[in-house]
This record gives sequence, structure tokens and C-alpha cells, in this order.
Amino acid sequence: MELLYASCVGVLVTCGIFLLLKARTFPVVLGLTMLSYAVNLFLFSAGRLTINKAVVLGTSSDYADPLPQALVLTAIVIGFAMTAFVVILAIRGRADLGNDHVDGHIPELSANKKEQS
Amino acid sequence: MIEHLAVLPILLPMLAAVILLLPPCGKSLFMRRIASAIMAVITLVVSIVLLVQVTNNGISVYAIGNWSAPFGIVLVADLLSVLLVSLTSLLGVAVVIYSIAGDDKKGNFFHPLVHFLILGVNGAFLTGDLFNVFVFFEVLLIASYSLLMHAGDKHSTRAALQYVILNLVGSSVFLIGLGILYGVLGTLNIADMAQKVPQLQGDDIYIAKAGGLLLLVVFALKAALLPLHLWLANTYSNAKPVVAALFAIMTKVGVYAMLRVYTVVFGDEAGELAHMAQPWLWGLAIATIIVGAIGVLAAQDLRKLTSNLVIVSVGTLVALISLQNEEATAALLYYLVHSTVVTAALFLLSDLISLQRGKVADRLTAGRGVKQPFLLGTCFIIATLSVIGMPPLSGFIGKIWILKSTLNSGQAMFFWPVYLLTSLALLVAMSRAGASLFWERRHKNSNELNDAPNAHPLHIIAIISLLACSPLLVIFAQPISDYMQNAAHQLHDISGGIKAVIKGGL
Repeated sequence: MELLYASCVGVLVTCGIFLLLKARTFPVVLGLTMLSYAVNLFLFSAGRLTINKAVVLGTSSDYADPLPQALVLTAIVIGFAMTAFVVILAIRGRADLGNDHVDGHIPELSANKKEQS
Repeated sequence: MIEHLAVLPILLPMLAAVILLLPPCGKSLFMRRIASAIMAVITLVVSIVLLVQVTNNGISVYAIGNWSAPFGIVLVADLLSVLLVSLTSLLGVAVVIYSIAGDDKKGNFFHPLVHFLILGVNGAFLTGDLFNVFVFFEVLLIASYSLLMHAGDKHSTRAALQYVILNLVGSSVFLIGLGILYGVLGTLNIADMAQKVPQLQGDDIYIAKAGGLLLLVVFALKAALLPLHLWLANTYSNAKPVVAALFAIMTKVGVYAMLRVYTVVFGDEAGELAHMAQPWLWGLAIATIIVGAIGVLAAQDLRKLTSNLVIVSVGTLVALISLQNEEATAALLYYLVHSTVVTAALFLLSDLISLQRGKVADRLTAGRGVKQPFLLGTCFIIATLSVIGMPPLSGFIGKIWILKSTLNSGQAMFFWPVYLLTSLALLVAMSRAGASLFWERRHKNSNELNDAPNAHPLHIIAIISLLACSPLLVIFAQPISDYMQNAAHQLHDISGGIKAVIKGGL
């Protein structure tokens, strides 16, 4: 389980960083989302991966660590709000700047032209 | 009421923001201005009452929901945090007053957002729990994202886009660091972490080190430390100056977080992990000072210049953190207060200057003279003298104190030349800026009619209330420096701090 879990987090982070480095707003938003999924999974595992443990209600002495769950919940809520904000900002940026590059202009345009010619 | 004092600097701005969104204030600009100013002043008064109370009675620990320290979230009001809370509230009052003179007309949510930002900053200063620091960081960041867009054009959209994406990545890294630390320590309460770090065994030490250094990346991003400083100049100079003045406190939140984590959690008593961030901080801080000074010399307009001054001050503060002794921390606190108010005043001044110079705005080229040269010139020269550290203003005392505290550290060899040459560079850059802003006219002899508006009285009040802090820091230097030394002592007294927090909550 540990291997599967860790590879999941690793693949998500890799994809997230790859998409972030695309430097176009839509891939960047997707990359940020993937990164925050990875972070949520990672935080969840900070309380150790265990199976068949009770919730912390006082009915069992053998319970799962409740704190990471609370942390993940908080992180999900905040991440959701931030993603919504960055989507709106990306749309505004597309309208204001005329393209979807985070720098406001597309640097590889000249390189592309060379390739075409 | 008095036992709930520690939570009020967080609750009051939240209440203020909510009131400002609700009908009587939400509809009418006049009502909104009155309510915003009143609430900002109340927050300032409460912060100062809290400061007096903590000075007299020692650390005040407030357990939220009465859940005691390692289990619930606590607010810790010690000398350091209440000082910074008061500074934030003062800055809030100045910014609200300045904005009432006209800057708040362009967006309905300016005033609520200012109060949300103050809420986030105060919360980050007061909380004693590292995850809660993350939450308050997000609160202040989302307020700052929106403030950055206030009355913005396409340049500010671009600056905001980059700033938001960078900070979202920073938040992810913050959470990963927190997850790692929670995994090995089993707690995120700062005092409890300081207790548990020395007991780490075997591989856990290296995992904790990785987590701690990931946090360093995040704090360096928030504080604009060297490789992560590139966002700052662009962001601050594209924001409205009144917003940039409020942002002057935001880099200090990063500095404060570094101070807490690397002095208390990974400080003197952390066993194998003691002072683990020090080698990084020292080198990066010196490099930040140098790059900031180059930026100041190269700046083409007053706002860019002031943004680079912020970078220089961050470098200086972080260099002092890396020394990790009481004397340096006391000097740091003095310099932090001084540099925050003076850079905020400079941002506000750059707005007035650009309003009165017409098309050339605040660019450092020959152009129309300002309409009120005497008034603005006097304010500018006070700010300049203060920021470059000339006697008799607060910058001078701060500088002497910083030099004195680094004298015995053995690293003075590197720090003194860099710091003093930077001061010289600032002197050159500021003199050049002042000369071209006030003296270089394009039409020397024509008495063209300057149709620019006079500065609003509220503009002047806001700027003077910030600039007045500089001479006041000199006049009351004795009690203030005593206070700073006590605050530094309290911060470095790690076992005392742990005892206060863990017992105080029970």
C-alpha cells in the first residue's frame, strides 16, 4: 500500500510541476490542482497509513490520528477557493493581455516562426 | 473582556470587514469610510492596550475554544507578537486614512479587503500553531491578491497573475513541509515542537531537517529573500501605492515566521538540528542586500526604488536572524519597525508626487515640478534621511545598533563592508531621486500653471503620522530599546516560552 500511495503522490507532483512549467494559464491551473491533490494525499499520510482503525470518538482505544484529517479538510477548502480565484484571474488575464501566457507575451513566437520557415 | 484581549486584534478586523460588506456601509461610500476609519482606530487602540498588558503581565496565552495547548490552537501574545500587531494596526490606520482621500472610490471592496488583510497579518503574528500560520497566510494572501487588482490596468493583471501562481505553489510547499514535520513530531504547536525536536532519534532527524528547510523555502518566498525575490519589485510597483504601503508589512510576516521557527523550534536547544538554517540564511541575506542595492541604483521610478528598498531591508533583517543571538534580535526588531513605517511612507509619498507631476508621474526624469515642493520636499527628505540611516533619525540608531550587534559575531568582516557600501549606494540613489524629482524641470523659466490638485489634508495626515514614527523612535529610544531587548530575551528564552504556552493553556 505504501508503494502505491507514494507513487501516486510522486506522479501527481511530477505532472503538476510539468504543467506549471508550461507557463500558459490553463495548464498552470491544472498543474496547481494536481499539486494540491498531491499535497492533500501527502498530508493525509502524515498520520501514518493504517487500516481498520476507529474514528476518534472515545469508543475505542485504537483510533486513527484525527489531526491530518482536519488539516486535509482545511487545505481542501483553502485550495478550492484559491483555484477559483486563479481561474477568474486567468480569464481576466486572457482578456487584458490578449494571450494566455503568464508573462503577458509569448516568448517562443520567434522560434516557432524560424521552424516554419 | 480583559481575558479575551489577545483574540481581539484578530476578531475586530474580521468584524470590521463584515460590517463594511453589510447594507448600510455596503451601499454608501460615505458610511463605509466612516466605519472603516473608526474600526481601524479601534483595532489600533486594542492592540496598544494588549501591548501594555503584555508588557506588565508577561506572556498572555489564549486557548481558542478552551482546548489546552498541545491539542487545541492557542494564540500567544508575547512582547514580539504584540509589537508587530500594533505596527500592523498603525499601518492599517494610516492606509485607511490615506485611501479616504480618493483611492477607495475605484472599487467597492477596498475597505473590507484592507481589514481582511489586517486580520490575516495579525493572526499570523499572534498564533502559536504552525498550521494556523498557514491558514492566516492564506487569509492575508487572498486579500492581497484582490487588493493588488484594485483599480488596476493590464500591467497589474500580469503582476497579479504571477504573484498568485507563485504564492499558490508556495502554499503547496508549505503544506508539504508541515506534513513532514507533523509526521515526525506529532504536533504543530510551535512551543510543543520546540520541546519535541531535541528528542528526535535516528532517521527522523533528517526527515525533520527536510521539512524545516522546505518551510524555509516558503518563508523566503514570502519575505522575498534572494533567489525568490523577483516577484516583489514587479508586484509592489504595479499595485496602487496605497496598497503597496500596506504590503510593506507582508514581507515582515515572512521574516517573523523565520524568526519564530528558526529561533524557537530549530534554535539553541534543538540538539542536532540546532541552527540548521543559519548557513543558508547568512549567505542568502548578504546576497539579497547586494542585489537590492543594485536594484535601488538601477530603478527608473520612485515606486520601483522603494520596492528595492524593501528588498534591502529584508536582507538586513534576515542577516540578523541568522546570527541568532539576543542582541541581534533586539536590533532586528528596532530596524523592522523603522523600515516598515518609512517604506510605507515612501510609497504614499510616491503617489502624491506622481499625482502632482502630471505625465512624468514618479519617473526619475526631468519634468514638471511638483505643485507643493516645500511640503512634499520636506516629507521626502525626512523619509530619505531615515531610510539611509543619517543622524538624527531612527535609521541612524538602527544602523549603529545593527553594526554593534554584528561586531562580535566574527562575521563582521563580511557584513560591515556590504552593509556600509549599501548605505552609500542608497545615499547616492536617494539623492539622485530627490534631485530629479524636485529640481530638474523641463521648462526652467516658464511659470506654467500647474493644474494638479493640491494634496488632500488626509493624505498629509497619513504620511506625517507614519513619518513621525521615525523621530519618535529616536526621542523615546531608551524605553523602546529596553522593550526590544526584553522582547528578544523572551524569544530566546525557549524553555520559558514553552512553559508559558503549555502550562498557560491548562
